[in-house]
Amino acid sequence: MNLFCVGLSHHTANVETRERYARAEEMEARLRAAVGCREALVLSTCNRVEVYAVADSAIDNPTIARCLAAADVAQVFNLRSGESKLETCSTAQDASAFYRHEGEDCVQHLFRVASGLDSMVVGETEVLGQAKQAYAAARAAGGAGPYLHRLFQRAFRVAKQVRTHTDITRGAVSVGSVAVELAGRIFGDLKKRKVLVLGAGETGERTARALASRGVTDLRVSNRSGERAEALAQAVGGRVVPFVGWVQQCREIDILISSTASSEPLLTRETLAPIVHVRWERPLFIIDIAVPRDVAPEVNEMEGVFLYDIDSLQSIAAQSLAQRRQQVAAAEEIIAQHVADFATWLRGMRDDARARGAVAHGEVSDTPPLRASEL
Amino acid sequence: MDRLLLVASTFCFLLAVVRTALLIRTRTFRPGRSNFLAIVAGFLLQTTFLAVRGHALGRCPLTNLFEVFIFMAWSVALIYMVVGPTYRLSLMGAFTAPLVLLIQTFAVLALSDSPHAPKVEVNPWLEFHASMSIVAYGAFALACIAGLMYLLQERQLKTHQLHSVFHHLPPLTDLYAAIVRLLWLGFGLYTAGLVSGFFTGEPLPRMKMVCAIAVWVFYGAILQGRLLFRVAPRHVAMLCVVAFVAAVSVLWAITFVSQRGSV
Repeated sequence: MNLFCVGLSHHTANVETRERYARAEEMEARLRAAVGCREALVLSTCNRVEVYAVADSAIDNPTIARCLAAADVAQVFNLRSGESKLETCSTAQDASAFYRHEGEDCVQHLFRVASGLDSMVVGETEVLGQAKQAYAAARAAGGAGPYLHRLFQRAFRVAKQVRTHTDITRGAVSVGSVAVELAGRIFGDLKKRKVLVLGAGETGERTARALASRGVTDLRVSNRSGERAEALAQAVGGRVVPFVGWVQQCREIDILISSTASSEPLLTRETLAPIVHVRWERPLFIIDIAVPRDVAPEVNEMEGVFLYDIDSLQSIAAQSLAQRRQQVAAAEEIIAQHVADFATWLRGMRDDARARGAVAHGEVSDTPPLRASEL
Repeated sequence: MDRLLLVASTFCFLLAVVRTALLIRTRTFRPGRSNFLAIVAGFLLQTTFLAVRGHALGRCPLTNLFEVFIFMAWSVALIYMVVGPTYRLSLMGAFTAPLVLLIQTFAVLALSDSPHAPKVEVNPWLEFHASMSIVAYGAFALACIAGLMYLLQERQLKTHQLHSVFHHLPPLTDLYAAIVRLLWLGFGLYTAGLVSGFFTGEPLPRMKMVCAIAVWVFYGAILQGRLLFRVAPRHVAMLCVVAFVAAVSVLWAITFVSQRGSV
């Protein structure tokens, strides 16, 4: 019995290569029917395509790669019977992009992937959700048997433990998420907060979207060009307010995202002073992502005003990433314990399988078969 | 026996403080239930101590400076637990436990628990006056803690330093809302205590009265000033800290003077 993982990721392949192998329908069934895997699960995300499988005999990387690249089941069967036309396709060139992990290495690799240690942004949690989806799909397709079931359940547990006992997921690592985190630390619940997006820049839009994803519903857009304001307002689900009176909006709003192309600061201490006086108990969070800056730096010294420019946001994101990397060692320790534990179970299962093999050949054994509860 | 309860209670608060300090040191602090449970255990032991002592005295246990401080520590823990679930499990516990520990340790180690006065006829107005005033101090203590937390959070946000050990502080607006709520609660209780003092039927020492009214005016000024003079939340938070330090000093002075007077 071989437990292995074959795949390619952002470490080994560029996006063009990865998308050639992105998950196709019924891939688990193909791997079982055409390649001979006893159990198979495909984890396909934007950063990786990996096959986790259990097979009685060794299945090499090119076979798995060709199976992933095949357009349909028929092509896979052609491939198996030696009539494949895939020889001309790029799988041969991509061979070096595929990596392989077997046994304990495979277990460790999956635990690292699920915990976000192998991700492009260390500690990201999206991959865990994708792994859960992949597992559910494989279960539904009959691809996940006792080995993969146990392996993935343990991987989810490990990921949760890593998340709880380390700070690997803490801190925002992109400009948009830093803005959301800061807004959360100032206002807590963002649902009733009012946001004004000044300018129609791409980063401004991304930041507004990030805030909207945290529940902000009152989004206002103001831009010199009415058309672009309209387009952005539609994109983020907001409404347009005239550019002429945008400063007065600061009396009502809680968060200002500024990203205009103005060469002079649009908001100065003098402009904001009367507004701050009126809203003295309500903080104003200003995200200035324009270069050159739209908001004079002295504004940050005003009571209740929190100004962050692009440099400070990026610096916070970089700090978070560095902090996450510092947590990798602690996460690896947790993973190592689970790998050792799982390896013990795996050896036990292999011994069971060997014993059953001996029984099949007429030798006596009292080893129980695979437990149904494992499923 | 009752003193043993107090030592056990102090130990519970010490446990909460040590645990938090260790977690903060290893940068693994997360708001959790263990701190809250330690405070609950400490609070229950405090309550038992006060009940035993009150039963023995046949009145509210506020007969000496030692008891006043224990009652105040109990009030802080009480208000902490009723202030709302949002704050109970946040860093506020990590800030509350040291304050209670400080007050209680000071009382246990530094103040003499003089022999109890013989049972005299209980004056309900006096009991009400004393207990309300001390519970008000509990609310003011919590407002002071929330004020400190506000100042820390505000400082981090202003200086763009977000990766300190105080990552788990509650949001600014929530903290400010808690400060205002606690100030009003404390002010209401203190007013009730102050007014009831005039109904005790006993002569009011002038110094004691002046100090008590000064504390009342200070807190009233913070609450009204924030609206009338548009005092910024940061200044309100600072005033909460200053006011509490002043109020505790005054309370100590009042009780100390009245004890000396009674001796």
